Amino acid sequence: MLAITCPNCGERNSNEFRYGGDASIVRPSHEDPSEEAWFRYVYIRDNPKGPHREYWQHVGGCRGWLIIERNTSNHVVLGVRRAGECR
Amino acid sequence: MQVSGSRLPSGGRIDREKPIGFSFDGRSYSGYAGDTLASALLANGVSLVGRSFKYHRPRGIFSAGIEEPNALVTFGHDGRRDPNVPATMVELVEGLEAQSQNRWPSLGFDVLAVNQVFAPLLSAGFYYKTFMGPTRRAWLFYEHFIRRAAGLGKASLQPDPDRYDTEYAFTDVAIIGSGPTGLAAALSVARSGARVTLIEQDGAIGGQMLSQPSEGAAADWLAAAGADIAGFPQITVRTRSTAFGLYDGNTIGIVERRDHLGPEPGQTRQLLVLLKAQSIIFTTGAIERPLLFADNDRPGVMLASAASTYLNRFAVACGRTIVVATNNDSAYATARDFAAAGSKVTVLDARPASPLADSARKHGITVLQDHQLLAAHGSPVSAVAFRSGSSEARLSCDLLLTSAGWTPSVHLTSHLGIRPIYDARIGGFVPGSFAAGHFGAGALMGDYTTAEAIERGAAAGLGAACFCGRKAEPHAIPTPDLDEGIARDLPALAVPRRGKVFVDLQTDVTTSDIALSDREGFRSVEHLKRYTTLGMGTDQGKTSNVHAIALMALARDQSIEQTGTTTFRPPYSPVAVGVLAGRSIHGHFKPIRRTPLHDWHLRRGAEMIEVGLWKRPLFYPEHGPDVGAAAIAEMKLVRSAVGLVDVSTLGKIEVAGPDALTFLDRLYVNNLGKLQVGKGRYCVMLRDDGIVFDEGVVIRLAEERFFLTTSTMKAADVQSWMEFLAQTAWPDLRVHITSVTDEWAMLALAGPRSRDVLAAAFPDIATDDESLPKMAVVTGTFAGEVLRIQRVSYSGERAYEIHVGSRRGAALADHLMAAGQPVGVEPYGVDAMGALRIEKGFAAGSEIDGTTTLDDIGLGGLAKKSGGFAGAVLSRRPTLTNPDRRRLVGLQCLDAGRQLRTGSILFSEGAPQRGHGIGHVTAVTFSPETDKQIGLALLSGGPERIGETMLATFPVRNEMVRVRVVSPVFVDPDGARIDA
Ligand SMILES: [Zn+2]
Repeated sequence: MLAITCPNCGERNSNEFRYGGDASIVRPSHEDPSEEAWFRYVYIRDNPKGPHREYWQHVGGCRGWLIIERNTSNHVVLGVRRAGECR
Repeated sequence: MQVSGSRLPSGGRIDREKPIGFSFDGRSYSGYAGDTLASALLANGVSLVGRSFKYHRPRGIFSAGIEEPNALVTFGHDGRRDPNVPATMVELVEGLEAQSQNRWPSLGFDVLAVNQVFAPLLSAGFYYKTFMGPTRRAWLFYEHFIRRAAGLGKASLQPDPDRYDTEYAFTDVAIIGSGPTGLAAALSVARSGARVTLIEQDGAIGGQMLSQPSEGAAADWLAAAGADIAGFPQITVRTRSTAFGLYDGNTIGIVERRDHLGPEPGQTRQLLVLLKAQSIIFTTGAIERPLLFADNDRPGVMLASAASTYLNRFAVACGRTIVVATNNDSAYATARDFAAAGSKVTVLDARPASPLADSARKHGITVLQDHQLLAAHGSPVSAVAFRSGSSEARLSCDLLLTSAGWTPSVHLTSHLGIRPIYDARIGGFVPGSFAAGHFGAGALMGDYTTAEAIERGAAAGLGAACFCGRKAEPHAIPTPDLDEGIARDLPALAVPRRGKVFVDLQTDVTTSDIALSDREGFRSVEHLKRYTTLGMGTDQGKTSNVHAIALMALARDQSIEQTGTTTFRPPYSPVAVGVLAGRSIHGHFKPIRRTPLHDWHLRRGAEMIEVGLWKRPLFYPEHGPDVGAAAIAEMKLVRSAVGLVDVSTLGKIEVAGPDALTFLDRLYVNNLGKLQVGKGRYCVMLRDDGIVFDEGVVIRLAEERFFLTTSTMKAADVQSWMEFLAQTAWPDLRVHITSVTDEWAMLALAGPRSRDVLAAAFPDIATDDESLPKMAVVTGTFAGEVLRIQRVSYSGERAYEIHVGSRRGAALADHLMAAGQPVGVEPYGVDAMGALRIEKGFAAGSEIDGTTTLDDIGLGGLAKKSGGFAGAVLSRRPTLTNPDRRRLVGLQCLDAGRQLRTGSILFSEGAPQRGHGIGHVTAVTFSPETDKQIGLALLSGGPERIGETMLATFPVRNEMVRVRVVSPVFVDPDGARIDA
């Protein structure tokens, strides 16, 4: 049972949140016509052991998309910030 | 049954003023408040309580705690039947009914005890070797009988009538175990001001102190400590609570048992507590393990400490002529307790000397040094065989108590993956290391004297308080003056070579099974466990694991450190599924969503169906006796006159802001640039990978304000996706996204007479075709609420969707029904609604299934040629534009009277019917319009195959029908009716 400290709502149980994928991958710009760029963005993922940046959405709260740094080997949450802020 | 125990006239922690009646195997007995089922059975002289798992050997009570391998009983009956509960953990309550297990027809005479005769056949791996090889068929035949013979108690097949609850709890410091260590730790933390939760699986705090004489130094110390604990309001004591698992985020899973409160209405029987702590102190103690000798499973063989517990806590003397066999000093306390109670006690000590021998002899105990226990005789035990030097001899007794040291309870500390390490000093495994904020003390760490335990517990308490940011001062905690012997520096484990020597009593694994497993090449302790099933019973090998590892080390001629231990996983002890489910059962398993018209549907007698979380009307029985007949009548009504359907379940989202149009134009494949205020458009969105995500209608309410619908099933996902794009991908766009699904009731009027109904219902709103052309929206008011009418069709007929605030939904439906009465309006359900869209060939959820592209479902024309929408780039990939992709077609069933089924696999006529075919049927219905069974399918090559005959196979039912591939539009291919 993880606790996630939402920058908007405070410390909440992880069951209020929904995992939203790898946040370490940069989305191509909307105008980017490169199939290769979009292919890499959609399909290519590392599977790191250790700190990992990932998207979570506070679906049972403020609906904010957050970027959480989580250690995949022990689930310790190392940091939380709003997505879209200081990329 | 022989009387092997009896209640002492005084002493113990039982309440002799409160006798309690209970039954075991149908016979009535009596005990006292404070008894466990095990102590009450022993007090009544019941020594045989079960039959063993594999060999059906008679077994007695072996321990006094959660480690009990033998005395598993089933208690309760009907829906309240609980199998495999250790009698040692069942608190005695009035009327308790318990049954022994694994015997047939009765405990005293068990037919399958014949398995003992065949014991050489039933060695490790027997079932695998016999049934899983070339003779696998034999397993299929024998399984039924074997499952009946080898097994534990049976669970009830009836619904559980009791209530289970879940509690989320929080504390600064959680302390697991309330022995002297835990109590000292709790006091030390509480003095710093931090909150403490003290978790104890027993009904009372005190741990091992409860097993000391009920009068004297230990009892006095416990009473004083208990009073101190009670004086701190920041200490929460949770008794009858077993910490079964340690989870991420410092969360402890706890089950609190409340069976003692009885099955009163509304009473929670068990409570799942998820306790989050800043810091955790593990004071889980240690469990004694037995010596190994032949026939060590006989009734009348017990752990030494357990006999002390029965004697001191429950005032039950389990025997009068007692042999205490030991390889350490801790069992001398038991010998003294029994001597003090007047029993004749002989100590067989495997070691040449003990510092406690002389003092024991002064208490009248016979102490025989350098004596090895070889075997138990009699059932129940009546004598022991031992060896001294080269000679062997026998000694009579009615109770055989053994001790081979203690095993720290490292289960919880290992749950997060920290492996225990072997401590040669105590001959057991201790926690490997602790995470920050975790502490351990007491017997768990090998601190075996009470004084050590109290001192280390207090120190751990200080550490935990400091970890929580408290200022903590050391306080002296008094220690009781106990004359204790401890189990350290043990001699090597002695294993007799003769007879059946059980290592794991619950799963009937013997020393020869372990030797066999080694001979057959199982080199890892994890393999040994799985091959022999050692440690895989409900007790998880609490008294057997260390012995098994030692035996494996002996066989492999390696050290115990090299051998290692198996992985400990939750739960520490069995947890009922019911308590994990808590209240999330039946209607509370998941939320139920009801539309604003829910009661309106019920009033009309609608047959309701679950669609995702929603309840929707399937059909209205007034139109036919069953869904088939009613839906056909409802379809005909829509095609010939007018019907009314509740579409409030559609997802509804408002998008507003200066960049709302740009946002939607990027989101949807459609070109929304020219969408005027007051107009709507049917729109589709893709995922980034180019696959169709969802479809719906976008209405421009104002320059910077849009209303859109999503499909019912994808509403939540679509909203999250939009929020993701707005917040992470395009944060520069000024746009707000709000779900308004619950704010609006939505009704669709469909059919050639739908405009007549509208005109009659809303004479003040211009709804003629010039004022309200296709996809346009007009607004008005209804009962003081905003009303929107959009001309949009999902059936191919002229149709309108009418939106009004949720609270006016039912009134609107009544109003439309009244206005439409002259033209015969009737409601229709989702079955007819779905069938109408199939007839019209509109793609819906069963075709937008996460694999299809715009072109696959015939919607390629909607997309902006210039691209520029989410998913555009990857939608042009060769794999997604290959003409052989499965694309939408219609099917006509050619075999009259046979059923075409959704999910059928399509094969060309004459092609071998193997694999996944070249297509599959996504939706079927009877079409009143064509008087045929029709369907939609995704078929390789799609429209290019129109006119071909195919076979639709449904292997699950072994069915096959012939179908013709046709256009998916079965009704009105020219689209004339929408203007009719
Ligand atoms: Zn939040």
